[in-house]
Amino acid sequence: MAPLLEIKGLKTHFSTDDGILQAVDGVDISINKGETLCVVGESGCGKTVTAMSILKLIAMPPGRIAAGQIIFEGRDLVPLTSNQLDEIRAKEIGFIFQEPMTSLNPVLTIGEQIAESLRRHEAVTRKQALERTIEMLKLVQIPNAEGRVHNYPHQFSGGMRQRVMIAMALACRPKLIIADEPTTALDVTIQAQILDLLQDMKERFGMAVMLITHAMGVVAETAQRVVVMYAGKVVEEAPVDDLFGDPRHPYTQGLIRSIPRIDLDSEHKTRLEAIGGSVPILINPPVGCRFAPRCKFAMNVCTEKEPLLREIAPGHRMACHLGDTSVGAAS
Amino acid sequence: MSQYVLRRLLIAIPSLLGISVVLFVVLALAPGDPFSELATNPNVPPEVQAALRAKFGLDDPIHLRYLHWLNAMLHGDWGFSFVSRMNVDALILQRLPATLYVIGSAQILALLIAIPVGVYAATKPYSLFDQIANTLAFVGFSLPTFFTGILFILIFSVTLDWLPFVYTTDIKATGIHWVLEMIRQAIMPVAVLGLFQAASMTRFVRSAMLDVIRLDYVTTARAKGLGQATVIVKHVMRNAMIPVVTLIALQMPAVFGGAIVTEQIFRIPGIGSLLISSILSNDTPVVMAVTFVFACLVVLFNLIADVLYGWLDPRISLR
Repeated sequence: MAPLLEIKGLKTHFSTDDGILQAVDGVDISINKGETLCVVGESGCGKTVTAMSILKLIAMPPGRIAAGQIIFEGRDLVPLTSNQLDEIRAKEIGFIFQEPMTSLNPVLTIGEQIAESLRRHEAVTRKQALERTIEMLKLVQIPNAEGRVHNYPHQFSGGMRQRVMIAMALACRPKLIIADEPTTALDVTIQAQILDLLQDMKERFGMAVMLITHAMGVVAETAQRVVVMYAGKVVEEAPVDDLFGDPRHPYTQGLIRSIPRIDLDSEHKTRLEAIGGSVPILINPPVGCRFAPRCKFAMNVCTEKEPLLREIAPGHRMACHLGDTSVGAAS
Repeated sequence: MSQYVLRRLLIAIPSLLGISVVLFVVLALAPGDPFSELATNPNVPPEVQAALRAKFGLDDPIHLRYLHWLNAMLHGDWGFSFVSRMNVDALILQRLPATLYVIGSAQILALLIAIPVGVYAATKPYSLFDQIANTLAFVGFSLPTFFTGILFILIFSVTLDWLPFVYTTDIKATGIHWVLEMIRQAIMPVAVLGLFQAASMTRFVRSAMLDVIRLDYVTTARAKGLGQATVIVKHVMRNAMIPVVTLIALQMPAVFGGAIVTEQIFRIPGIGSLLISSILSNDTPVVMAVTFVFACLVVLFNLIADVLYGWLDPRISLR
């Protein structure tokens, strides 16, 4: 079965005063129908830019999709104009943003903001759109939806606003939801509620979800498949159990080791392991593996030749020279 | 809302009283008064002068004179212009239409230029259009109206002889010709004042738009597939106009002030030229009344700005 969305060799570059910033540099990601795919990586690894590139929501200029294909239901989105993409935005692919506090227009009621998407994509009257909006608000468990629909964003808490954002993204029943760190800005208790809600909605409508996050806990909880990104590239991709059970890339291993554990008794507790150093600046990045400067296992080949994604087990791919016999490295 | 307006109007009373005290004292300290010309007139005997001064209480202590003026104002008596030989309120009402016509048209012209140009420039920042608009705006607000006014007169009246350079209120024509003549004589003052206003307003609209256009909720709107025009008008402009509307409302009194210069250049018999001529001829009651009207306008437009702000931005509740 062909995937719902297939990103092939995507390169998104930004022109800056200092040169071309290669925020996303040859990323391949695919999402099947009804699947939850998590994209993880630390801040600045290009996960948000990848997601925003799908619907060309990055600022262009200075941003630019330099290469690659984004195939959604057999159709390449990259050559489409913004007007053509408008038919896909919200209707086929819905977006949930990171900051519920700033992602809603402060001078319009939330009802208007949800309904405008319905009125844009479906032949509904104002009244029908309002009814559908109230129905959506009930679905995302906003109490007193009939009254709240006429309220402004500042009259809602952060968690409630994120529910509004979810209602907005789901209003036109898209086939794919892209959620860009939907819980990062929320309290921990609210985070769990929002993730549950997202999961419920996904099951109810049978959508695929592309969840972007940097929290490994969220990944373990929700994902079926995981893509790990580092410095604008995919470094490992695996089903969620394989990734946590058998992480292969040193970066993934580092990410997993940096999760606090409470299941170990005090004797086994050690200091949390951090990955030293920071993400390289993606203007004229170094040749070879971009993780090499921070990698404990770095070899000579790592700074000379870029490791390519290769399949190491069914559905499990990674980009590292470790264990790659063709470059003469022992595992 | 109406309670808020009422309270604000009540708060305005003490500030207007304060302003009137300051104005009154300043005018009292200024040399000369309406009767000083009488002193130089040999036909008026000194005892008649003294009798007149006593009758109008001109030599009373200043606080008595102020209370006298205040009492009269409260009874709707704005005083009498000794130069024009008519009541001050009648005089102001006579001069006001010309000012409102010119300033109103100039403001409308400024808005009609500034909003479309500013909005379009902001949607394509650093494009050729934006660069040209910015440069022209910079030139526009660097040139004072007394310079552009005289330049316009030189070009369009003296050299080309297209437009009249003296504004008249008694046009000898009727019907459509009167209307056309009214428009023709207002073109230059309206253009001078309007373009000057438009220049600074364009830059303000542009920067207000640019502030909003990068915000998260604009991306949210784009992600809904609304299309560029809807996103710009409904999501960006609606928010960007909040500071712009406020600024325009707050600028209005300054516009009246700036119009004084324009009125002088084009000989428009408006309220500004009335103020200048009254100052020159020591017509204190008129000077007092006109400056007080300007003070009221400042207070009024401040209130309008606040009310508009509360109406445009639901986050602000006026209580």
